[in-house]
Amino acid sequence: MKSFRIGGIHPKENKFSAGAAIQQADIPATVAIPLAHYIGNPSEAIVKRGDTVKVGQQIGAGSGFISANVHASVSGKVRKIDVQLDATGYRRPAVFIEVEGDEWLETIDRTPDIVRGCSLGKEEIIQKIQDAGIVGLGGATFPAHVKLMPPPGKKAEYLIINGVECEPYLTCDHRLMMEHGEEILIGTTILMKALGVDKAIVGIENNKPDAIEHLTRLATTFLGITIQPLKVQYPQGGEKQLIDAVLRRQVPSGKIPIEIGAVVFNVATTFAVYEAVQKNKPMIDRVMTITGKDAPNASNYRVRLGTYLSHVVEQAGGIPEGTGKIVGGGPMMGRSLMNLDVPMAKGSAGVLFMRDEESIRKPSQNCIRCAKCVSVCPMGLEPYLLMAYCERNMWDELESNRTMDCIECGSCNYTCPSHRPLLDYIRFGKSTVGNIIRNRNNK
Amino acid sequence: MEKLIISPAPHIHGGDSVRKNMYGVLIALIPALLASFYFFGIGALIVTLTSVVACVLFEYLIQRFILKGNITIFDGSAVLTGVLLAFNLPSNLPIWMVVIGALVAIGIAKMSFGGLGNNPFNPALIGRVFLLISFPVAMTTWPVVEPLSMKYLDAETGATALAAMKEGSAITVSHLDMFLGKMGGSLGEVSAIALLIGLAYMLIRKIITWHIPVSILLTVAVFSGIMHAINPEMYISPVTHLLTGGLMLGAIFMATDYVTSPMTPKGMWIYGVGIGILTVVIRTWGAYPEGVSFAILIMNGFTPLINFYIKPRRFGAKQLKNNK
Amino acid sequence: MSLVWISLITLGVIGSVSAIILYVVAKKFHVEEDHRIDLVEEVLPAANCGGCGYPGCRNFADACVKADNLCDLHCPVGGNETMAKVAEILGLVAVEKAPMVAVVRCNGTCEHRPRNNEYDGVKHCFIAHNLYSGETNCSWGCLGFGDCELACDFDAIHVNPITKIPEVIDDKCTACGACVRACPKDLIELRKMGPKGRRVYVDCRNQDRGHIVSKACEVGCIGCAKCQKVCKHDAITIENNLAFIHDDKCKLCRDCVIVCPTNSIIDVNFPRPKQPKVAVEEEVSQ
Repeated sequence: MKSFRIGGIHPKENKFSAGAAIQQADIPATVAIPLAHYIGNPSEAIVKRGDTVKVGQQIGAGSGFISANVHASVSGKVRKIDVQLDATGYRRPAVFIEVEGDEWLETIDRTPDIVRGCSLGKEEIIQKIQDAGIVGLGGATFPAHVKLMPPPGKKAEYLIINGVECEPYLTCDHRLMMEHGEEILIGTTILMKALGVDKAIVGIENNKPDAIEHLTRLATTFLGITIQPLKVQYPQGGEKQLIDAVLRRQVPSGKIPIEIGAVVFNVATTFAVYEAVQKNKPMIDRVMTITGKDAPNASNYRVRLGTYLSHVVEQAGGIPEGTGKIVGGGPMMGRSLMNLDVPMAKGSAGVLFMRDEESIRKPSQNCIRCAKCVSVCPMGLEPYLLMAYCERNMWDELESNRTMDCIECGSCNYTCPSHRPLLDYIRFGKSTVGNIIRNRNNK
Repeated sequence: MEKLIISPAPHIHGGDSVRKNMYGVLIALIPALLASFYFFGIGALIVTLTSVVACVLFEYLIQRFILKGNITIFDGSAVLTGVLLAFNLPSNLPIWMVVIGALVAIGIAKMSFGGLGNNPFNPALIGRVFLLISFPVAMTTWPVVEPLSMKYLDAETGATALAAMKEGSAITVSHLDMFLGKMGGSLGEVSAIALLIGLAYMLIRKIITWHIPVSILLTVAVFSGIMHAINPEMYISPVTHLLTGGLMLGAIFMATDYVTSPMTPKGMWIYGVGIGILTVVIRTWGAYPEGVSFAILIMNGFTPLINFYIKPRRFGAKQLKNNK
Repeated sequence: MSLVWISLITLGVIGSVSAIILYVVAKKFHVEEDHRIDLVEEVLPAANCGGCGYPGCRNFADACVKADNLCDLHCPVGGNETMAKVAEILGLVAVEKAPMVAVVRCNGTCEHRPRNNEYDGVKHCFIAHNLYSGETNCSWGCLGFGDCELACDFDAIHVNPITKIPEVIDDKCTACGACVRACPKDLIELRKMGPKGRRVYVDCRNQDRGHIVSKACEVGCIGCAKCQKVCKHDAITIENNLAFIHDDKCKLCRDCVIVCPTNSIIDVNFPRPKQPKVAVEEEVSQ
């Protein structure tokens, strides 16, 4: 069974909602659609206060190369364009819309029929994806159209579809593969066309045998798509790890996957591409998992962007008793939230409730140099050493020990028997060293 | 909970802890303890118990009254040092010497550097070597095997196989007896099979990796095998090398000490090969019949250097074979 | 007897050879250095704090010796006194600089600014700041984990355990700027010490709009511009919903302190409050 070759851990999966079909979340009374993205420049609002918008209408335009369009996820009146507290506790611009009815743009095909053929050319597909404001839904929210335009001189050979979902608890991608398998494969063919490649591989961890079987059966009718079952190991969903697992090629340090001829898309992104190209539906909703050990009904919901998380959670049965921490995303890389009055963004893959007793970290002890962090690091780094350098502000040493390669997967923290906050320090070291490098390059 | 807790990712932990690892090693040492009780009788228990109690007590006193910091005697590291120290001592060693060994091990080799995780040398070995140099006679008169005896200080003594080799006389113990542990020696080192059971347990529990024990044992076997092939009259066989003295104990439990061994597989190989070569060199040409302790301590000294130069295999550092 | 001779001769030879090597090396690698650098270094405080912008006192001394005038060079720790001595040694003119002091511009104590979440990571400001905005609704204010305290070489700034806000001890502060650089929220500013340590400043850095600020903190600056209007010396500017008092123009009249509706303008080291109204309020509360 294939897997990536360096490091890795196997946390308890706890995928409670794997069997729960995707439900449609209610449309809230108001939404706050964020204009800022996790990565790249914030979009500029192109509507103003008092405008009436329909579902799917563009409300924000991407500014700059790495930026994405934003569309209204509901129909109604723009109440204001203001700042909204996001998951990090800072205020970012957002468009507030008061919902009136559910009126969609006429161009959007809302029928459940699957549209199979696609006669568009390469440029037209990319243009459509860019117009629809599609970003990578795996977490980093990198604009999809940028990935489809390799820098000059680079040529993609393989398209890899990421159906790994290695984060514990989360099941939204799993459900999407089960319920929209064919659409995902059509989306894959569209992406293959846009990239000009004839080979695509869908990587799925073998803790989802039903999804592997389902897609393998469907893939027989699609030319050039193979389904690759993978051994369960975290962080296989990391772009570089997945390429290593599937193609046995490692992306060189500081380079992007196109360097070795691979482009990776998440299954949810692929599904969004299908909807955008075949159904003219821009990026206005996504599937997210509401889960937790005590969650009353752990399930997967299709939620409109900009919906406050509190609204979705309420529909899923509210915050369970004895919750000490709420995580936006998975437990390994997600962000803990201060409250649920945060609007759903394109990258929000789930809400996880953690019990009181799981929420607080154990006190950290001396490093006993057991080397477990070194053996689990999927990038082959030495987390204990990087943390020591960060504590002593030794930025040059940090850089030469390749801090910038860290993918922040958290395997080191997870495994440390002394409960040392390795990643806390490394993340800080990364941002400092990143600034130093940027300043140096700007000179 | 009134306020939600915010902390950086990851939000879950694997549940591993220092205590679990330390007690795991202690469990792995139980077969060897039972074996030594069987072969040397009550003396083995007295020495082990004294050493453990003394180590824990010294750690407590130092943390309580000198460092005035957290008391960490329950993490199992002091107990482990105590057991390992005792395993390196003859079973008829007087109690007061054991206590001195414990004081050196905990006080000088461990706490003076800042406690667990900061000591550059293996504390138990420092204690052992201190005793060996200070009380050479008491430390090298090992009791002969007398199953389940009730004698402690008055046990009969005899020479070990390695000492016999040093003096040039013939080795009388059969290889099977060596493997089972029916021979003179320090109380924990004699039974190879009991130590190997411990190794298997630690490997299954993933407390240690295989690199260090395998590299040490392999190096000793190969190096002494070559010597033996050149001149079987002068150099003892590799099997005898592997089964006698503290080699098994050293390779499995002393050299694999987390704090004082290198961090990367490649570094562990260098470390293990170094220990193997030094062991055979000291045993064959050195003044002492036994060289494992010194070999491990010398390589402990090289560990920071190995860690500095030997880096783990970086992701994407080298284009791998099937990369085009 | 021969043993003694051999020892003596060996040691003697080793000693002489070493001495010759040392002499040759010292001659060959001798670096000509301006002796005034030593003299200047002598009068510097030897704190090596980096407050002057140079890595250490010797580097600063070197810079002073090489410089044509002392306009851009100032030792904040030694102050004018030290700079006068430096100028005397070098035969230059010292430029008088007003003594400065570090000022923490956040008054978001536990009482004024309720905590709405609990941070459970490494207790360092820079790490918490890297993660999120902080334990309160104010994303600009002090995190309270004391990075400034760690950065201070002079034991001059301490986080008050009750208010969780750092407090500067004026007498110890040398205005070296270490805490200014350490604060990830950019809250600490070097201001003029003022006559008898009297100074007036805006104790807030929040640039959000008023209604957001007032929800997060009782004493935050809401950018209402009342202080700007009342100021007779044109010393107050409002930028990004935040007032700032320029200490070079401020005449310490304290009119702004009275008009500020949220008490976010602070006056320190004044003998008594200017406004009797405050006193009346105090009596009432008593």
